[in-house]
Amino acid sequence: MMLLEMVSGAFPDRTAFTDGSNGQSLTYAQLFESATLRAATVQASGAARLVKLDVSNLGTPLCLFAGACAGVPFVPLNYRLTNDEIEALIHRVTPAYLVTQASRVSVLGAMKDVNAVSTTDFVDDVLHTETFSGEWSMDPEDVAVLLFTSGTTGVPKAAVLRHKHLVSYILGSVEFACAQQDDAALVCVPPYHIAGIAAILSSVYSGRHVVQLPNFSAQAWISLAVEHKVTTAFVVPTMLTRIIEELEEQPSVDLSHLQTLSYGGGKMPLRVIEKAMQVLPHTNFSNAYGLTETSSTIAVLGPEDHRVAVASSDETVRRRLVSVGKPLPGVELEIRDNEGEVLGPGERGEIYVRGEQVSGEYEGRGSVIDKDGWFPTRDAGCLDAGGYLFLEGRADDVIVRGGENLSPGEIEDVLLAHPLVKDAAVVGVPDEQWGEGVAAAVVANKGAKIVVEELQAFVKKHLRSSRVPQVIAVWEELPYNETGKLLRRVVKAELQNFVD
Amino acid sequence: MAELKTGARLQSAVCAGEVMVVTAPQGDVDITCGGAAMVAAGVAGGSGGEQVAIDAEQAVGIVIGKRYISQDESLEVLCVKAGEGSLAMGGNLLLLKETKQLPKTD
Repeated sequence: MMLLEMVSGAFPDRTAFTDGSNGQSLTYAQLFESATLRAATVQASGAARLVKLDVSNLGTPLCLFAGACAGVPFVPLNYRLTNDEIEALIHRVTPAYLVTQASRVSVLGAMKDVNAVSTTDFVDDVLHTETFSGEWSMDPEDVAVLLFTSGTTGVPKAAVLRHKHLVSYILGSVEFACAQQDDAALVCVPPYHIAGIAAILSSVYSGRHVVQLPNFSAQAWISLAVEHKVTTAFVVPTMLTRIIEELEEQPSVDLSHLQTLSYGGGKMPLRVIEKAMQVLPHTNFSNAYGLTETSSTIAVLGPEDHRVAVASSDETVRRRLVSVGKPLPGVELEIRDNEGEVLGPGERGEIYVRGEQVSGEYEGRGSVIDKDGWFPTRDAGCLDAGGYLFLEGRADDVIVRGGENLSPGEIEDVLLAHPLVKDAAVVGVPDEQWGEGVAAAVVANKGAKIVVEELQAFVKKHLRSSRVPQVIAVWEELPYNETGKLLRRVVKAELQNFVD
Repeated sequence: MAELKTGARLQSAVCAGEVMVVTAPQGDVDITCGGAAMVAAGVAGGSGGEQVAIDAEQAVGIVIGKRYISQDESLEVLCVKAGEGSLAMGGNLLLLKETKQLPKTD
């Protein structure tokens, strides 16, 4: 809230947010003033949480800052979940002040300890009756955001992000008021994703205009980027794939104003990023790696790294194009084996991270940070000799075949290097002889015909024979969630059926 | 001067400057702006009747959005309102802390 007050003082009349779906916007002064008034309303309701269940719109920053102002954690929920799942999550955060789509107000508002209003009413302040006392808590230990993780296994966990984590991330990585008058950021990641929260905070502290795209389509993204002369944007890999495909069909589109394009949240295929750098030659690309529990980005592959990697003939340097770069200043990284021993360059293990922005805390479960401050990410990876971090999927995804640990990512990289393969996923399936066996699902390039034996021979040429998929299924597409995460569980289940 | 807590807001007694504490050392901290002890922000009147002038030796000023650290890095504050006075801890001027220029990722 403090950060917003500073920016509002510096650029009161600058446009802060524009809802790309209807053109509605707020200046920084309006955002600050509105957030304090809504904070008073939320306080008066007696709610302990400010919950938002809706697409990205002006209500998102309003709820985030009103919550901070009222000293009430902001809880953005995934509107794509089923009604039962949504009600179960709301039950966990009552008493709640709920800002949601008009169509949901009556049903959810009938729940115990839930005070529901429509986003439209909240933004337009139809309900405003309170005036704010003018004091907000400055306690860095206060919880700023509760974010439900996507929950790859079982019940979603609520990650706790305190003001100290978010402020540490912002102060460490963003120069106050650094944005130019005409700068604009296009935000298309959903508001219940850490990247959506980080994008709001970073843009606000830099004084940048944010254009929101609630429902992603490549065409809508390009239209808004052109209309608002967008200078910076963040996308997940699947979005970038579609944007680049669309741009190739519309060579007349001019995006030369797009200075920086960052991506993250999933594995970026080498071919896509190479193509993107050709199609958008004026744009600086950055790959950001982070987790909800680490207040977003902890490692970055910057624009210069991209250029050097693409231009290099040295395979070690070139490979860095699919790395996630180096840790941010203030963030330390280690790779450890199952026994907790720190591993050297080139050795695969679990990624551990330490730094002030790292929360590592879940509601009701406490902190999983060890006594020395290290957080186990459950992501598998390795560092190269130059300190570049390569992700190898989730630690839980490692395939244990006959006592040997195999990384799906390593095998996927080889499959993706085959000229006929557009996308690939490798998982472990039960195997009587080996305990677990390697299975793959691949997607062919348009018009290409894949022969499974040839693909197996291709993998064998590059990797040890234990890594050759014993089963390869050719699919139309792979299952991804809306934030670009491969749904490995789904792949696994389908491939198990296929094997049976 | 009393103990400082992270998140605390302090205002200058001699100019418009205001800071937020980012990290604070243990124990009592003597933090000054323009040579005069800083007071908790929002406390009306600041130094009361006695008007204090800025010490000319400590009048470089502070800039909004900049972070200032003590030499031993035990104290770090964020300037949230600009002022003409310079910050000091125990009589030693605080240093400007650079934000590392990072590729923008969000």
